[in-house]
Amino acid sequence: MPAEALIEAAGLAAGYDGRPAISGVSFCLRPGERMALLGPNGGGKTTLLRALLGELRPLTGELRVGARCATVPQTERSQLDYPVSALDVAAMGALSRLPWWRRPGRRDREAAMDALGQVGLGDLARETFGKLSGGQRQRVLIARSLVQDARVLLLDEPFSGLDRPSSERLEALIGALAAEGRGVVIATHDLEQVRRWDSVLCLNGSQVAVGAPDDVLDLGVLEATYGGAIVELPGSAGRGILPPHHHHHRS
Amino acid sequence: MIEPLQDEFMRRAIAEMTLIAIAGGALGCWVVLYRLSYAAESLAHSVFPGLVLAALTGVPLLIGGAPAILLAALAIAAVARVPGVSREVAVGVVVTTLFGLGALLALSPDSPPGLQGLLFGDILGPSDADLIAAGMLVPAVAVGLSLIHGRLLATGFDRVAARSLGASPGTTEIVLMMLLAAAIVVAVQGLGNLLVVAVFVGPAAAARQLTERIVPMMALSVAIAAIAGLAGLYVSYYAGTAGGASVAAAIVVTYLLSLPVGRLVSPGGEKRPPAVATIV
Repeated sequence: MPAEALIEAAGLAAGYDGRPAISGVSFCLRPGERMALLGPNGGGKTTLLRALLGELRPLTGELRVGARCATVPQTERSQLDYPVSALDVAAMGALSRLPWWRRPGRRDREAAMDALGQVGLGDLARETFGKLSGGQRQRVLIARSLVQDARVLLLDEPFSGLDRPSSERLEALIGALAAEGRGVVIATHDLEQVRRWDSVLCLNGSQVAVGAPDDVLDLGVLEATYGGAIVELPGSAGRGILPPHHHHHRS
Repeated sequence: MIEPLQDEFMRRAIAEMTLIAIAGGALGCWVVLYRLSYAAESLAHSVFPGLVLAALTGVPLLIGGAPAILLAALAIAAVARVPGVSREVAVGVVVTTLFGLGALLALSPDSPPGLQGLLFGDILGPSDADLIAAGMLVPAVAVGLSLIHGRLLATGFDRVAARSLGASPGTTEIVLMMLLAAAIVVAVQGLGNLLVVAVFVGPAAAARQLTERIVPMMALSVAIAAIAGLAGLYVSYYAGTAGGASVAAAIVVTYLLSLPVGRLVSPGGEKRPPAVATIV
């Protein structure tokens, strides 16, 4: 494992009940790297994220995670009618450090307040979580992972359902977190966005390709990743786009 | 207002009801937020055969009820493991079996009369043992809920993420169910098998209409349970109605009142969980 790598996987296979849902996954995530996880629904993106979190053990191959990972799930999964403020949710990040009988205390809430400030939500700390917009909720969950003191953030389709200003704001935040030396893994379907990041891992059950977006994302790789769902636009020089139904879906 | 307090039995009834209200009101918030109303009602029903056996053999009801609720919880967990059987189906199968067994015992010709009291409770005549049990229940629930508060909040918010936060949702839920089971076994002596769930659902559902934060919700829920309990006992005293039923009715009334009040204090109140389905 290179000294500075946050995560390194070699020939990783993981799955459920002994049956691999993903296989042949090999990559290295370094500090400051934004890595896109590209693949069809059911292609194993969530399985890989769960393996990185330690929820699934590797069936074969090696996985070395050298830093604390935090998950930033899709916010639709949380109860939106739940009686918690943005601050309460961000403070939940402290649970990972506390013994089981302790709840987040004043110092943890101060850390949560700082984290909310960092994601630009200091003013909305007292607002009920479910009343925030989708993009704001996503940023609260990122704040929670900052309170967790995670060096690796795993974002599961964070842009799904966001409008353009919210998307841009979230992308800028991801860039800022990477600039601080965190590694960020982002499951997504947005090819244009992926091209702006540092690396991409294409996954369709087994790993199709990994590397810098400009080196990796050609029509052949996208077809192998998404099957026949790729549409080539005239003049797109073989770059390919996904049909719209691949956006805004959960994997 | 003072007259009922001059009767020893009313003072004891108010003490018992207030203790049950404190435990039920606080626990009830998690019952509502975790959508455990059906489980709470089921656990209460599953205590019935244990209570009947205890009544028939002359041992304290608590000693009959505790193993019955434990058996029910284990049976539900076991049946839910059968492939193709959901937890809801498991609860239905186990609870009807146990409740049916209790009814069979209670209605057999050899059974002494008065066993129907187990169905509706006897809030107006708590024994010393009942009062002691309720008195021990309150600190147990307070300490238990306080210890796991952070984890309860995180687990209810997003169970999957809670695991990655180290909140051990499985253990947290088991502790919650154990507290709930203990509270039901104690409260069922006063309010009875059929009505006890009211105190675990109604006040919390009403409090949910009035606030969007968990700690104020718990404080309001306890207050509502205590006030409704007191109101129910007074109605029972003056109108001569059954104690447990009067308390349950008062709780339902406070819930219904909370609906318009909730809309006044928070215009966004329509997003609240539909907890009403279980209590009315």
